[in-house]
Amino acid sequence: MDQLLQFLISGLTVGSIYALVALGFSIIYNASDVVNFAQGEFVMIGAMSAIFLLKDGMPYPAAVFCAIAITVLVGLALDKFAIEPAKNATVVTTIIITIGASIFLRGAALLIWGKEIYGLPPFSGDKPIVIGNATILPQNIWVMVGTGAAVLAVKYFFDKTLMGKAIMACSYNKKAAFLVGINVKQMLLVSYGLSAALGAAAGVLVAPITFMSYNSGVMLGLKGFCAAILGGMGSSMGAVAGGLLLGIIETIGAGFISSGYKDAIAFFVILVVLFIRPSGILGKAESDRV
Amino acid sequence: MQLLEVRDLEKKFGGLKAISDLNFSVTERIIFSVIGPNGAGKTTLFNLLTNIYKPSGGSIRFLGREITSLPPYKIAKMGITRTFQNLQVFLNMTALENVMVGCHLHSSSGLIAAALRLPSVTREEKKVREMARQALEFCNLQDIAHMPASALPYGTLKRLEIARALAAKPRLLLMDEPAAGLNDTETMELCNLISRICESGITIILVEHNMSLVMEISHHVLVLNYGELLAQGSPYEIQHNSEVIAAYLGED
Amino acid sequence: MKAMVGYCLFALSTIVPAILFPDNYYVTVVGVTICTNIVLAVSLNLLMGYAGQISLGHAAFFGLGAYSSAVLTVKYGIEPWIAMIAGAFMVAVISYILSRPILKLKGHYLAMATLGLGIIVHIFFVQADQLTGGPDGMSGLPVLTIFGIPIDNDIKWYWTFAIFMLLSVLFSLNIARSRSGRALAAVHGSEIAAQMLGVDTAKVKSHIFVFSAVLACITGSLFAHQQDFVSPESFGFFFSIELVTMVVLGGLGSTYGAVVGAIILSLLPELLIVFEDFEVLIFGAILMTIMIFLPQGLFVAMEQAFHNFMNRREQGAANATS
Repeated sequence: MDQLLQFLISGLTVGSIYALVALGFSIIYNASDVVNFAQGEFVMIGAMSAIFLLKDGMPYPAAVFCAIAITVLVGLALDKFAIEPAKNATVVTTIIITIGASIFLRGAALLIWGKEIYGLPPFSGDKPIVIGNATILPQNIWVMVGTGAAVLAVKYFFDKTLMGKAIMACSYNKKAAFLVGINVKQMLLVSYGLSAALGAAAGVLVAPITFMSYNSGVMLGLKGFCAAILGGMGSSMGAVAGGLLLGIIETIGAGFISSGYKDAIAFFVILVVLFIRPSGILGKAESDRV
Repeated sequence: MQLLEVRDLEKKFGGLKAISDLNFSVTERIIFSVIGPNGAGKTTLFNLLTNIYKPSGGSIRFLGREITSLPPYKIAKMGITRTFQNLQVFLNMTALENVMVGCHLHSSSGLIAAALRLPSVTREEKKVREMARQALEFCNLQDIAHMPASALPYGTLKRLEIARALAAKPRLLLMDEPAAGLNDTETMELCNLISRICESGITIILVEHNMSLVMEISHHVLVLNYGELLAQGSPYEIQHNSEVIAAYLGED
Repeated sequence: MKAMVGYCLFALSTIVPAILFPDNYYVTVVGVTICTNIVLAVSLNLLMGYAGQISLGHAAFFGLGAYSSAVLTVKYGIEPWIAMIAGAFMVAVISYILSRPILKLKGHYLAMATLGLGIIVHIFFVQADQLTGGPDGMSGLPVLTIFGIPIDNDIKWYWTFAIFMLLSVLFSLNIARSRSGRALAAVHGSEIAAQMLGVDTAKVKSHIFVFSAVLACITGSLFAHQQDFVSPESFGFFFSIELVTMVVLGGLGSTYGAVVGAIILSLLPELLIVFEDFEVLIFGAILMTIMIFLPQGLFVAMEQAFHNFMNRREQGAANATS
């Protein structure tokens, strides 16, 4: 029982990170029908920027803020220089473009930050808090609270603000959105910026727990994609649920089966889910129209 | 024996009945038209007949055999094929290749034989090519045989879809709005083509909005309204049926 | 006829250099890499280009072939040929079982499933160290003998790979202009229309999935013997992505497109090596640039340009005479 609680704590922590990455995936997918394989790179860039800004003597909160800002700029550049010029691209083409972008960003990170691994100091000490026989690190709480806050902010943005609603309109019908005077291009740009910010936030939150290097983004990105699919591509809250669920399944699986197969468990679950429900847990089934 | 018999056919989408209690049968070698206002369920009926949608109830029999739950490719094998309202031409092929896919059921070579290009494959290719040519010629498309389908104008693509369906040598051909989007000359040609197809021994079920076309070539007309059978009979009877007139006038 | 001329020219271009420069690094080392990548890209193109089914896990089948040969020959002392056939058989069964549920999926869901499959297989190679030697891999494979000829030096390996590659390309070209090839293209074009013409789309997709997987698997077996070493690194997610890139770079759906893509991606590292740390960055940039500006692929774009040029010349000639 205690062991299970411990698994739940670490599961929710990793799951929160997956949730943020998946949320980023689904925002971009909604706005542009593109699965952004560079999403994991946002996490890496956010974390690495924060680490190095802090090293250069910037105060912690400022470093975090600047790291997110840098990542947002990268996100905007990705849309402006890679996605926007490739109009009418097919699914396969956009997949390769974003994979190209992810390789490019990794290459850039390698040049700037080298191959070494780094970590961030925890936000507020590393004294574990004991709950029964399980322990929780302050940073775990930061991750969960930070994720919760980010998710609520995103939800508020899409439900309540005019711009958020405009982006949703683009996701339902681009042409109609354009006709009612929504600047579709600008909305795409905002989506990429927002998505990058979420990725960077995930990176900054997780860097004190796991080490980061120029290629840490790959697996995180793929897991985020997994979570987004698990929740049903395009459903924001589904993505969050998918992320948390994936984190928990993975941690429990690793605990009871084998930690070496941790990553395999996540993908195995995804395969089983897709075989049973080809459109994810919360996704709607698509059907051909003739 | 009737070629096609539809009994108590029903289709619900959620709580909405798109087709309810539909009964009709089609005799061989006729042009059987299905008309009705927009949203009357005509395309849904085609999708049920080809089992692209699963019926919620009722049965469909073709040549006396139950086909209600057969997958579409098996229905095609039984001798039913169709054209589509929104074109489903293979734009990644030439016109001839499109029609050659239509010959799929009348050829048999498999993947391994194809990879090794066994002599039987070469022979079959020749036969299939000839069959496809004939279908193209029947639809007066021989001149554009080697054009990529993506480069052809709309009206030609519509005829190409018919040629492709004919290559499958069906007993029953379902045509979903073949005249939509065609100009007057093209419609005249189409009218002629449909009659010739029927004369060649193929039964046709036609969904069409162009009333003059329907009334000119049909042997039997069925009117759907809100998914229900409103009336059926000869074109003359339908034109003088007060309920049908009311439904159409009410619509407009 | 024209198709055969093209194929013969292509065959000559692989044969002549090997006869002229049998000891050259670019023939014996780069040449073998190119041939390996061509077979893999061509086999992936059957699935992705012809049938329109994306796969981000093709490297898994390549890896399963390599590991079947390595494990069966080294650990169990089984004859190389039997090991190779056993591997191919196993991959045929696995891919057949997986093909139905996987190929029911579409678009991004299919991408995810194939990606997941690739990663699971890769993790298995790393983790099942009792069997596979883990991250360090395994070596010491016996010499492969073909028709009594031991393949024991570089140039013999080149010939083996070149012949295997030429056969694969020929198979792929043959399939394109056949009933099966058209059925695949029909699935790509419109699955519903294909079904209404009597094509059992699930079966067609499943068959090509198995065919493509087995081709990759046999390539893997040859690769394991040629390298005399297998490690999980060669069969990871990135290699799957590289394979997809080869296919798309050259032009999805074109066999020679896959060939051109494979050649470019095999040579690129050789060329970029002078840029050292910039290699990854430049690779990513090239990939993005080509996909943004030539989404139909390099080879197909060139082909189209050539056609347009010829048409214009014909028209020009026609105008001149009239």
